[in-house]
Amino acid sequence: MDMNEIKEIFFQECEEQLAELESGLLKLNDGDRDPETVNAVFRAVHSIKGGAGAFGLDDLVSFAHVFETTLDCVRSNKLEPTQDVLKVMLRSADVLADLVSASRDGGSVEESRTRGLLKELEALARGEMPTGGGAAEAPKPAPAKAAAPAPVPAAAPAPAPTDESGFQPIPFTFDGFGADEPAEDLSVFEVSFKPRRDLYAKGNEAALLLRDLSRVGEMSINCDMDQLPAFDKMDPEGAYFSWTIQVKTAKSEQDIRTVFEFAEWDCDLDVKVADSSAEELPMVPVPFDLSILDDGTSDADGDDGGAAEAAAQAVAAAETATNVTKMAAAAARVEKKESQAAAAAAAAAANAANAANAANSAGQTIRVDLDRVDRLINLVGELVINQAMLSQSVIENDTTGTSSINMGLEELQQLTREIQDSVMAIRAQPVKPVFQRMSRIVREVADMVGKSIRLVTEGENTEVDKTVIDKLAEPLTHMIRNAVDHGIESPERREAAGKNPEGTVKLTAKHRSGRIVIELSDDGAGINREKVKQKAIDKDLIPADSNLTDEEIDNLIFMPGFSTADKISDISGRGVGMDVVKRSIQALGGRISISSRPGNGSTFTMSLPLTLAVLDGMVVTVAGQTLVVPLTAIVETLQPEASAIHSFGANQRLISIRNSFCPLVDVGRILNFRSIQANPVEGVALLVESEGGGQRALMVDAIQGQRQVVIKSLEANYTHVPGIAAATILGDGRVALILDVDAVVAASRGQSLRQDSGMKADMSLAATG
Amino acid sequence: MKKKVLTVDDSRTIRNMLLVTLNNAGFETIQAEDGVEGLEVLEECNPDVIVTDINMPRLDGFGFIEGVRRNERYRAVPILVLTTESDAEKKNRARQAGATGWIVKPFDPAKLIDAIERVTA
Repeated sequence: MDMNEIKEIFFQECEEQLAELESGLLKLNDGDRDPETVNAVFRAVHSIKGGAGAFGLDDLVSFAHVFETTLDCVRSNKLEPTQDVLKVMLRSADVLADLVSASRDGGSVEESRTRGLLKELEALARGEMPTGGGAAEAPKPAPAKAAAPAPVPAAAPAPAPTDESGFQPIPFTFDGFGADEPAEDLSVFEVSFKPRRDLYAKGNEAALLLRDLSRVGEMSINCDMDQLPAFDKMDPEGAYFSWTIQVKTAKSEQDIRTVFEFAEWDCDLDVKVADSSAEELPMVPVPFDLSILDDGTSDADGDDGGAAEAAAQAVAAAETATNVTKMAAAAARVEKKESQAAAAAAAAAANAANAANAANSAGQTIRVDLDRVDRLINLVGELVINQAMLSQSVIENDTTGTSSINMGLEELQQLTREIQDSVMAIRAQPVKPVFQRMSRIVREVADMVGKSIRLVTEGENTEVDKTVIDKLAEPLTHMIRNAVDHGIESPERREAAGKNPEGTVKLTAKHRSGRIVIELSDDGAGINREKVKQKAIDKDLIPADSNLTDEEIDNLIFMPGFSTADKISDISGRGVGMDVVKRSIQALGGRISISSRPGNGSTFTMSLPLTLAVLDGMVVTVAGQTLVVPLTAIVETLQPEASAIHSFGANQRLISIRNSFCPLVDVGRILNFRSIQANPVEGVALLVESEGGGQRALMVDAIQGQRQVVIKSLEANYTHVPGIAAATILGDGRVALILDVDAVVAASRGQSLRQDSGMKADMSLAATG
Repeated sequence: MKKKVLTVDDSRTIRNMLLVTLNNAGFETIQAEDGVEGLEVLEECNPDVIVTDINMPRLDGFGFIEGVRRNERYRAVPILVLTTESDAEKKNRARQAGATGWIVKPFDPAKLIDAIERVTA
């Protein structure tokens, strides 16, 4: 693993931490005061800062640092997390997310935004409450402007070592030792070092410290052992020795103190410049022998340094101190030995309990490469097919119906189904990340249009296939923007209507009969049906004299080329209409509908398949071929009567269904299975709704049944076939093609079969075979 | 014999950095994700030195250090605290809990190895 890979991991982790941060802040916003929530929020920012520091991402570090400081105030109950405070924090979380993306993908974050928030965060940390309303510049416009030209960011880029309790952290490095220092200024320091008991208790070693000191300069050492009591009175963990060391070095006193950085508080340390006469002390300067530190294995080596007696003594003393501690530990170990067997048994039991706990906790996860999962899914797909084939051949060959074989087969079938479900569940993920992204969009858009809006989410843990989740974000974003921009009224109008000036947008997810249902509702004004209908008439989407039900009017907004906003705002406009949303939902095999209550808001309901790897299809026969038509596309099926069929033009036909005409499309002709049109009366018509909202009746010869099929990409295994979305293998082992309804309908309009369509593209994505 | 280092940190990024740095420097590295796991792993791995983060879920660095020091077998093992906080209060708490020394983040491989060498033979 190299640094780049670790950086990749860092950004992945940032995403997770940012999600954690946001959900924690939202929980706090909802009144959660669990200290663990605050801790988790703090940790998220802290982790991002830690990693960012390691990669030298200074912008990220300095922002995270200030954010963290403010969060620490919340953590230590110095700052009450009121709604106004949280507003600032949520916006800070957004900026932090932007800074992360900027660090990853290049680019930059508007400096004014960062600076403004830094000021607000710092003010919060100082205990100044925000004035509310989230107006950043309002309280202190003058200082904000004054600070603007300053090139330095408001916060110190790195955590500056502030010293409140007399402790000075010193960065230490040995790199420069003995290097570029001018050689002339050698001074002699006298260091007196008397460890206390705590020094050893905390895992420091006098010998190691002396070794470090020896690297600062030439030293002579003297050990004072006077304090050592008689052996029977000795506390094995006591500290009885002290040392006086003279160091001749070009380094400063600070460098010497740095050596004792870790031990400083657990020893009496005195460093002073020795008298000039010090050099004449009867002490022998010695190279400090480090070999004793090699665990006694190199005792012999100890002699060849020509070590003078004083040094040997000092070192031995240090070693004694070390050994004394070791002895104590050993003694303690012996005592413990007897109870060890019992302890081991207890530990085993505890481990088992822990394992059970671990299994229970939802947080236990492993990371698996998506390719591996897909391979597994693919194999299980094969297994399902194989099992179906086996069943079929047993039925065909074994007429006596041996019960044991049949029972075994039945069990096999059940098991395969279970395996299939479980494997599909591996790809399933909670919709939470997408929902979380939406809360930011609500905040941003609401800020932009000057509305106050709360996003309420429900069922974030509802799981659905990863591909579905990935593709859900875009349509959902668009709908949320719409809801905030058009759905919810301005605070004034809401108040005038007797509503809470703060609007609510609610996003819920739930499982219902094998599909996921996502609902987006707002408590805004609802759809202005008059206006919508007029618009549709003005745009020639419907005839002026249309008589439409409320529901039909509501659904007009899904028509291509429809946009209710009088002027396209830069928020929900962007040239994308609800028709695009509908298409992307349909491309996922989903359906979308709207219901609106004038004055009380609208609700969009989307129903999506849980996975794109399998599909509910209707198996049909066309000119002797077996085809699968995705069930989501089919509105209804009907048996045409001769009287309902009308010819139109050269070889077009229409079918009249409940007083309206609908083009009849012969699937066999479109796909070139046959050259002569089939007689509609002998077949079945599938009424489908296609891209653009139009209805068509697809003619097929017969319906075989309805079943769930495993989608196999045709493109990956063969080549693209116009009009065909993908393939599948049926129970009898035969390959059946899955119809691309949109492409067939488009072809029936006189266009040739297109090379691509939304549905096809999605299926080839989902299928892995 | 390779020296054994137990690292305890909840950040995947930092864990990986520690792993790479320590392995490159010739240490054997055992990793845990938080204080609770750290204490569990401790029993089996018998480390020469421990490097731990402070802010962690379940059991933070202070609790972890106290736990190690309560353990007869490991109460004298050097423990280095990885900390972004340069504020004295946190360091003081870590010391009171029994930390041997500290490494101030941002994470710097050279600093880490230096610090480990300062507290191990």
